[in-house]
Amino acid sequence: MKITVKLFASFRAGRFDIETREYPLGTSVADVADSLHLPQSELGIMMINHRHVKLERLLEEGDTLALFPLLGGG
Amino acid sequence: MEALISFVKDHAENQLLPWRLQVEATGRFGATLAQVEMAALEQGILLARYQRNRQTLTVNDQLTLFKSCVAVIGCGGLGGYVVEELARLGVGRIVVIDPDVFEEHNLNRQLFSSPGNLGTAKVAAAAIRINEINPAVTLIPLQTAFSAQNGAELIKGCQVAVDALDSIQVRLELSGVCTTMDIPLVHGAIAGWFGHVTTQFPGDDTLQKIYGSRSAGKGVEQTLGNPSFTPAVVASLEVAEVCKLLLGQGEPLKGRQLVIDLLSMEMNIIAITDSYKEKE
Repeated sequence: MKITVKLFASFRAGRFDIETREYPLGTSVADVADSLHLPQSELGIMMINHRHVKLERLLEEGDTLALFPLLGGG
Repeated sequence: MEALISFVKDHAENQLLPWRLQVEATGRFGATLAQVEMAALEQGILLARYQRNRQTLTVNDQLTLFKSCVAVIGCGGLGGYVVEELARLGVGRIVVIDPDVFEEHNLNRQLFSSPGNLGTAKVAAAAIRINEINPAVTLIPLQTAFSAQNGAELIKGCQVAVDALDSIQVRLELSGVCTTMDIPLVHGAIAGWFGHVTTQFPGDDTLQKIYGSRSAGKGVEQTLGNPSFTPAVVASLEVAEVCKLLLGQGEPLKGRQLVIDLLSMEMNIIAITDSYKEKE
């Protein structure tokens, strides 16, 4: 299935801003993060089609997944 | 008091009271700078120091700000700029909470730090600075760590709280205290070239939605650090939110988060709560 992945902030370094990629059925948000070598401890907001989701959420054909790093500095 | 009011009215030029007369009034009437400022504003007379605010803020707005109390939790990268801007804006009472002293690695970005005050409490340095730049403002320095246990006592009497913390865990505690106390919370966080800002209204649980179960530890700032400009940008956006909340003007970031990427020079708004419908 085709999934559009949008990366934000530091996640773009060495990766991409937006890419449509092929993933097998049953792929979760965590699987996509792993495939991009994004440590789960660095994941902040995760959205599918502009709705907040959790790591275990499964993706569907045509979804847009947006991943933001966790920011905690002040 | 009537003599002070007459003095202020008689000496205002073009509805402005210059600094030297504000000081003269303190000596002549045994009043504090804050009392003179309040008397002037109540008479519709602006302190000359605020004259460049005039097309943006009315004298009445300035009076509202001067009667306001804002809590700033954290006095590091974000907090330094937030406190400086609130004081220059003319917010009358600022409570600053931070347990730490300045260290050398703060010097790249923390506004109140300097080689001469390493080892000094951050809130003590804030008090010295604010007394220099706007001594009519009351700064209450609290050198202590904010927590769910002491939080309510620390921010009691404040109309708005500003998150300038560097810990996700303490942010969530602050969020809970603000909800309990029915106080809006302006939240900002930074890492490297990146930051975000939102405003949590009581009941929205915005921070819970942003940080979810990730209550422990820190974010990517651990590896990215924080340069000089990111805290200045995010702190300024936070102060703009505070100003709007205190005055009841404009559209605060309710239910939505402004995401800032200074490397790509992109700013995006994302929906955080269900109440905010994304305009796309």
